[in-house]
Amino acid sequence: MTMLTRDESFELLGGVLEKSEADHCTVRLSGSTGGNIRYARNSVSTAGVTTNMSLSVQSTFGQKTGSSSINEFDEDSLTRAVSRSEELARLAPENREFVEPLGPQRYQESNAYFESTASTTPERRTRAAADSISVVRENGLVAAGFIQDSGGFRATRNSAGLFNYRRSSNVSFSVTVRTEDGTGSGWASRDYNDVSLLNTSDASRIASEKASASANAVALDPGDFTVILEPAAAHDLIRNMMFNFDARRAEEGRSFLSKGGGETKLGEKLMDDKVTIYSDHTHPDVPAAPWAGDGRPRARTTWVENGVIRNLSYSRYWARHKGVEATPRPANIILDGSDTSLEDIIRDTQRGILVTRLWYIRTVDPRTLLYTGLTRDGTFLIENGSVKHAVKNFRFNESPVAFLNSVDVLGEPVRFNGNFIPPMRVRDFSFTSLSDAV
Amino acid sequence: MERRDFLRVGGLAAGSLVIPATGRAVPSGSLSPVPTGDKKRLADVALNTATSRGATYADVRIGRYLNQSISTREDRVTSTADTESYGVGIRVIVNDTWGFAATNDVTEDGIASATQQAVGIAVANSVISDEPIRLAPVESYGEVSWRTPIEQNAFDVPVADKAELLLAANAAAMDNGASFVSSFLSQVNEQKYFASTEGSYIDQDVHRLWPRFTVTAVDPSTGQFQTRNSLGEPVGMGYEYLDPRDEAKYPGITMRYGLHYDMIEDAALAAEQAREKLSAASVEAGRYDLVLDPTHLWLTIHESVGHPLELDRVLGYEANYAGTSFATLDKWRSGTFNYGSPIVNFIADKTQFGSLGYVGYDDEGVRTKRWYLVRNGILVNYQATRDQVHILGQNEPHGSSYAQSWSAVQFQRMPNVSLETTDNGVSVEDMISGVERGIYILGRGSYSIDQQRYNFQFGGQLFYEIRDGQIDRMLKDVAYQSNTQDFWNACSQICDASDYRLGGSFFDGKGQPPQVSAVSHGCATSRFDDIDVINTGSDS
Repeated sequence: MTMLTRDESFELLGGVLEKSEADHCTVRLSGSTGGNIRYARNSVSTAGVTTNMSLSVQSTFGQKTGSSSINEFDEDSLTRAVSRSEELARLAPENREFVEPLGPQRYQESNAYFESTASTTPERRTRAAADSISVVRENGLVAAGFIQDSGGFRATRNSAGLFNYRRSSNVSFSVTVRTEDGTGSGWASRDYNDVSLLNTSDASRIASEKASASANAVALDPGDFTVILEPAAAHDLIRNMMFNFDARRAEEGRSFLSKGGGETKLGEKLMDDKVTIYSDHTHPDVPAAPWAGDGRPRARTTWVENGVIRNLSYSRYWARHKGVEATPRPANIILDGSDTSLEDIIRDTQRGILVTRLWYIRTVDPRTLLYTGLTRDGTFLIENGSVKHAVKNFRFNESPVAFLNSVDVLGEPVRFNGNFIPPMRVRDFSFTSLSDAV
Repeated sequence: MERRDFLRVGGLAAGSLVIPATGRAVPSGSLSPVPTGDKKRLADVALNTATSRGATYADVRIGRYLNQSISTREDRVTSTADTESYGVGIRVIVNDTWGFAATNDVTEDGIASATQQAVGIAVANSVISDEPIRLAPVESYGEVSWRTPIEQNAFDVPVADKAELLLAANAAAMDNGASFVSSFLSQVNEQKYFASTEGSYIDQDVHRLWPRFTVTAVDPSTGQFQTRNSLGEPVGMGYEYLDPRDEAKYPGITMRYGLHYDMIEDAALAAEQAREKLSAASVEAGRYDLVLDPTHLWLTIHESVGHPLELDRVLGYEANYAGTSFATLDKWRSGTFNYGSPIVNFIADKTQFGSLGYVGYDDEGVRTKRWYLVRNGILVNYQATRDQVHILGQNEPHGSSYAQSWSAVQFQRMPNVSLETTDNGVSVEDMISGVERGIYILGRGSYSIDQQRYNFQFGGQLFYEIRDGQIDRMLKDVAYQSNTQDFWNACSQICDASDYRLGGSFFDGKGQPPQVSAVSHGCATSRFDDIDVINTGSDS
């Protein structure tokens, strides 16, 4: 059994808490059933289903904390999990940054659970894969794709009286389509909480069109270009930027938001007026958990407003140390856009490069959030409002802070990887070399 | 407490119960094994259920995994955590199609039910399966076992002693000019039991260890900061790796280490070097001869040689995630494809002591071995699993299958891939003395490579300018860009075996759903001529 109800979770967690001898104890429980199917060369390759439930115990004596987790639920195993966390706590040195667990909290609920997703069968996955392969085959192309679904629950209870419980489900799909001769490649992806929204044929059609159109790409000299980033491409760099909104790192002088002398760039305008980024776990298209990992309630939080840095995230320790509110990290990333479609952005572009997605992104300089990586699976030259031809993939060295300061247009946001990001056109995006990769 | 005292305390505690202040006996840190007889009985449930339901092949992996992580910053321990997981994964072939199911219900009923699920998945998928599976023959080993050769199980060392070592490294960094330091120790024990319808029952006990730190130096007057990461490596060893030994030290521009690591010494050096980086000269972009230390070069090998020679990538099975490969079958078939210069030899090896990939048998029951991938500069082979090696016209599987957990399906994963040394007697000093305009790079930095493994860009931890055969000064903001075949053909000199060291990663990612694998790469310091270097600084 991997899907416990709220009451069953409350009871099981209570039983574990009763075994605790620690000053503070937090017990977390999660269970899920996940299935997947993978295909390549227009044929299924591997597929599977995994069921698991696990429990973690965090025990604290004074300021000494230890954690352990286990996925066996007989009494001996549960006792062992508690003992092990207490043993680790007793043997650990004091952590003067320890903050005692939160008591009962009130949460703003969000719905991310759909029975349709949680009850997906192998036959349904096979059909979804077959739908994708069929579209690709009709076009004389070769598909490699992956569908993954899961349904599960999470619950937390601690010795200070906090309890939360939530079910969620998710399905994600991605497909790469290549020409038989390997000279063209296209890609598309979708993700939802409700599997009934998933149409693998439509996404596979888009990937197929990109594959065909990207064959025989032309090499352009690297340099600074006006670039149209599709949501997937923009997402990956913006998400990396949002990992760096931590107040402590900024105040310690080791973040792109540091100014020196313990000062930060909070309140400064670093990006274009059009850029507003916020988190909202109740957003119907991208629901997220109502609480952070330590049980703090989440609320809508604006990180960037009209280009100005408005909030940084705080651990509970650092917030107490600084005497400020402990804003949790982003639950999701929502970048406001407009109702302009990607097609309209292309139509409105004199000359630029359309980028489907980015690959192998790594930090080059944390002081400026300079990242490197490559374009992949559909990179095209736009001239006079239409796609002229495919271009060879580029390596870029670029910072999201910089390109969000040179945004011309933000289009209509779409869900990507649980976040909500628009396509966008930016100026002076820096490509530094060419890649032969297709 | 002196460094050596930690180890003595650790040694005394090995295999014993720890009695805490309350007097209640609690288990020591190590993982209690499941009796082999129980595992064989449970494995047979899976194999018998699978064959009775029409499977033409089945394998079962019963795994108990224990990870321990200790995290610190400056003078405090921020977390200590044990993660234990126990479960079973069953893989079957029905109608020439794979099916897989995994469960944490490790009972006869739970295993029988999961096996039926795996069979059901294979049957459902056989409708869209166009490629019948052909397994290369494998020896039936009967009941065998294997264990990582360790001197001291890291889980038997009291956590307080391990934390004290990290804090001592932190203190050394802070005493030598660090503004911040964080350090970590990750320990892994995989106890996995493999059985298959081929007649093998393989019990393995695998250990890995990874100590590491990051030192940050901040200049408050300018708001600038620089970091230097540890030059120690993850290893397939016990806690003895953290016992410094003179014979494993490689003196030079900074101390480098073999299979014993002096973490405290390295942390002190790192702090001095991070501070020195703050005022180091920013590199002038251009073309340089590069002298690459093993602490850096292992990652270039991993990305530009290990990955492109994975046969599943070459064939297109990874096209939707990790990508495909420039090293296509026609290049291999030609027998003349110059992967590198004639002094370049790459060997795949799952049998190397101290390496992360070292096991007795892989996760589909194949005894591990070593084989050439590139010989005298020519591409000669790939890395393949039982169901793919026939594509190369070979009948012997390579033993390079791995799954990160009982819950994940096994597939082709990179063995240790290493650059052979030369017997030319060249030392690092000899190599540097022959370079007119070059950069000496140590440590793993930023790294990125395209999905077919042509174009890459690598940074490092430490950069030194070489002028007229001498190290001139420290540099910063260095990254080099190249193309795999150009780069390895620019390899003009490789030091001899006395400089050979292993580097590696705990977290090589591949597959969907993504899985991680631990892998090492060995090499000696090597020289690459006329490589494009860019300036990554904020003013570039």
